[in-house]
Amino acid sequence: MKDDKLLRWVLAFYTALVFLFVFAPIAASLVFSFNSDRFPTIPLGTFTTDWYVKAFSNPEVWDAALRSLIVSSVTAVIATAIGFSAAYTDYRYDFRGKKAFLVLSLLPPTIPLIILALAMLGWLSMFHASGLTISIIIAHTVLCAPFAMAVIRLRLSQMDPNLEPAAWNLGASEWVTMKSVVIPFTLPSIIASLCLTAAVSFDEFAVAWFVSGLNKTVPVVILEILTGNIDPQVNAIGTAVFLVSITLVVIAQVLVMGRAKKPEAV
Amino acid sequence: MTTKPTTRPDYYAIAWRLPLIVWQGLFFVGPLLFMVAMSFFLVKNYRMEAAFQFSNWQRMLSKDFFWDAYFFTLWLALLATAITSVVAFPASYFLAFKASEKTRRWAIFFLIIPFFTSYLVRVFAWQVILAQSGVINAGLSFIGIGPWQMLNTQFGTMVGYLVLCLPLAVILQTFSLANIDTRLVEAAHNLGCGRLRAVFTVVMPLAKTGLVVAAVFCFILSFGDFVSPYYLGGSKPPTLSIMIVDTSKSGQQWPRAAVVAITMILTLLVVAFTAIGFAYRKRGK
Repeated sequence: MKDDKLLRWVLAFYTALVFLFVFAPIAASLVFSFNSDRFPTIPLGTFTTDWYVKAFSNPEVWDAALRSLIVSSVTAVIATAIGFSAAYTDYRYDFRGKKAFLVLSLLPPTIPLIILALAMLGWLSMFHASGLTISIIIAHTVLCAPFAMAVIRLRLSQMDPNLEPAAWNLGASEWVTMKSVVIPFTLPSIIASLCLTAAVSFDEFAVAWFVSGLNKTVPVVILEILTGNIDPQVNAIGTAVFLVSITLVVIAQVLVMGRAKKPEAV
Repeated sequence: MTTKPTTRPDYYAIAWRLPLIVWQGLFFVGPLLFMVAMSFFLVKNYRMEAAFQFSNWQRMLSKDFFWDAYFFTLWLALLATAITSVVAFPASYFLAFKASEKTRRWAIFFLIIPFFTSYLVRVFAWQVILAQSGVINAGLSFIGIGPWQMLNTQFGTMVGYLVLCLPLAVILQTFSLANIDTRLVEAAHNLGCGRLRAVFTVVMPLAKTGLVVAAVFCFILSFGDFVSPYYLGGSKPPTLSIMIVDTSKSGQQWPRAAVVAITMILTLLVVAFTAIGFAYRKRGK
């Protein structure tokens, strides 16, 4: 049908526009980060790496980068451990209160970050624990654990439910089975979860801004530069941050998508 | 004596259950409950004191500026939800029905990426693009129109909300549309139902749950976001999220900020449950 083909092209073009809208800011900040104008417009100015030089000679940025790295890696490990245990519990057990357990494990991302930030600030200051690097880690773990759980749960649902009982029958204890059967099987998703949660933590700014005090992470520094004047340094920092996040996300997706097809191949 | 089976507690099972319960109990449920308590506290000399007073509630809920902000935020979030759902739908329709399996996988792959990249940097890029002397206005003046004031308007805020919500909306809508039994759509066509009419009377009702869930997420995200209304919308008038930032960051009025936060959560609950109830309601007749 001719009509059908036309419709298909119109819709394809429209979808391309949607993608353009989604990726325009990412592309723009990459282009602007190498552009000499303070207020970028068309036509573009000349090519420059000044903004990178400026951003990376700023000790505050390095300080924040180091802190972000620590926060996101520690968060990733704790959140993945918690997410794994929750996913395994959901996979294997049925118990009274399981619904509540699942609600608790998946609810945090539906609470607006700014509200969580305020609640966390109040709660942590009650224990005189706000304004520390560890406060950011604690808060980010709350946010990231649900993502970890979802990713690992997906992989567990591909595991043959007879695999564990088979190992028990052969004399392995539950803990040994966990170590030599379940964990190796879910390893790709564990790594994917480490990457994803690190990426989430690396980009989170609202909670970090509220609880970090003087211990700023990179997104908090960006937020503070933004509150001042338009400063293309943000593009340079943002592009660098983007490269870190994108690497983590791509690794995670390759692991999740690549392995998802495997069971059929076996 | 009753014969109570004395089973040894299953330490293995408990060990896997505990981490999440302890952590989210201590650092998620705890803070939220504390925030409710905090809304009754008093602030004296910039220090918070434990108390049980309704003064914060009274003070906030009796003020016009609070209700102005409340309805403004509600309006913005509803508008953003409607716009995002409508903008996302044709793209989701294409990905679900017209695109190949491979294209769809790649599209989803790409749509997940912005979710994990800095929202702040993307909003900043839009700030530059939409500015009075920015890329869009430069392009407009090239063909002899403009400049248009886009930054610091509701339009700017909407662009930001779209940046925030669109990828997720397309993903969720695509999944729900892809699950439809296409034979039902064909049957409608065979019975003489026009294409557009089939979309409204067959496709959309079948995908209702997914479409509503996508809309609910748009609402949650835009209702709670403070970056877009602040950096793209100019924060005038303020939204509830900006109000939380202002009252808690300057002036240490955490209890009052808690009042705002609690009204926001209650609103979100009402909206979410109404919408989900609507989504799962059996179709009439």
